[in-house]
Amino acid sequence: MEDVVLKVKNLNVEFGDEKIIEDLSFQVKRGEFFIILGANGAGKTTLFKALLGLIPYKGEIIFDLKNLKIGYLPERLSRAKFKELPISIKEFYKFKEDSIEKISEMLKFVGLKEQKFLEREPGSLSSGQFQRMLIGWVLLGDPQILFFDEPTTGIDIGGEETIYFLLQKIWQEKKLTILLITHDLNVVYGYSTNVLCLYKKGLCSGPPREVLTPELLERLYGSKIKFYKHIH
Amino acid sequence: MDIQFILSLITAIFIGGVAGYLGSLMITKKMALVGGPLGHLALPGVALALIYHYDIFLGALLSIAAGAAVIWFLGTKTKLSMEALTGVVFAAGVALGFLILPLSRAKEALIGDITKIGLIDTSLAIILGLAVFLLIKKIYSNMILAGISEDLARTGGVNVKKYNFIYLVCIALIVALEVKIVGILFTVALLVIPAAASRNFSRTLSRYSSGALVIGIISAILGILFFKLSGFPAGPLIILTGTLIFIISLFFKK
Repeated sequence: MEDVVLKVKNLNVEFGDEKIIEDLSFQVKRGEFFIILGANGAGKTTLFKALLGLIPYKGEIIFDLKNLKIGYLPERLSRAKFKELPISIKEFYKFKEDSIEKISEMLKFVGLKEQKFLEREPGSLSSGQFQRMLIGWVLLGDPQILFFDEPTTGIDIGGEETIYFLLQKIWQEKKLTILLITHDLNVVYGYSTNVLCLYKKGLCSGPPREVLTPELLERLYGSKIKFYKHIH
Repeated sequence: MDIQFILSLITAIFIGGVAGYLGSLMITKKMALVGGPLGHLALPGVALALIYHYDIFLGALLSIAAGAAVIWFLGTKTKLSMEALTGVVFAAGVALGFLILPLSRAKEALIGDITKIGLIDTSLAIILGLAVFLLIKKIYSNMILAGISEDLARTGGVNVKKYNFIYLVCIALIVALEVKIVGILFTVALLVIPAAASRNFSRTLSRYSSGALVIGIISAILGILFFKLSGFPAGPLIILTGTLIFIISLFFKK
């Protein structure tokens, strides 16, 4: 049996009287590229926050990992926040990692190769560079499981592809378990091993080519959606 | 040079430096102005201390703590924002303070009087100043991280609530210590001006925070020297020296 690293059973999350997530159960296996798909307001970010223990929930969330180390990239971490701060990328990375060598290595890994990036201010990077810098930061400290919440929001189309390419490189080279929230169906077909379609209880779960039927996508997004499966 | 002068100089150096350092964190968290109402809240306690001849620092600290407790309590009773509640409580605190403040000593309460500083004040400034400095140094990077994203800090294992509490206690301590030097009117200045000036000189966090500390110390030394030379009150002179450094920093803006 493949080992399960995350098991969620009968998860319920409420804000006041509103049920955001209802009786949701699923599991994630080691080394999976697991995508959570759903329309705006379907509860994707809420699900992440519950899994990370950032909001109260009912039900079971079990991580089966020794010395659990999680890497998390929240949605819409803005460059604007960094622009107000006098801080270099080196200093930001030092919050998590003391060794300059490891910091330089990580910056290279995410494609910020030149030495000058160490001293650059995060607020002065382009949107794509900024997001890659954040992904590198998330990877510091050798996390075993990664949570990415819409990492391409606000990035132009060319930049989006390089971000997804980077995530795939992380998945392949570092053999990590990745959970990714997106509404980009291209990514789902291109990269994921399993997909969870979220609408409160969860509408589907399984490999994307098996579970994502046109009828289901219509229910998920609420309108006719045109998408043609890539044939590789 | 007389002992009293040296004591007041040492006291101002410690409080000015640590206030600048702490202020550098407050500016990044957009909390720079909190030092104002907190300082004003000290007035009733300072007035009582002047009447009953106990230490102004103690009066200021108790008064600020009581004010903060009232704000917290009202917060649990209404849906009003903290900002609105702080406004109500600090205004009431200042009004109450003015009713009981002996007018002959109003100047000391409002703008401080370093000639009243003794050995106990200096010892307190050194001990508490160092303690606050070390605490803030310890929580600095995690507080910055929490300012960027609280979720990011919490998933990294940072107990944000605990850190916020330590941070607020540090602010209250420094504001209470400041009263003796710059009075209740100017507590915000020692927190904001050195950090604002340092921001203009700096592009890295380490330079910014250490710069605020150094500018706080320089303002304190020069302000007290100007006081010695001119006889004008030291508090406003320290603030004006800081302001001058801030104006100079504008030409170096990075």
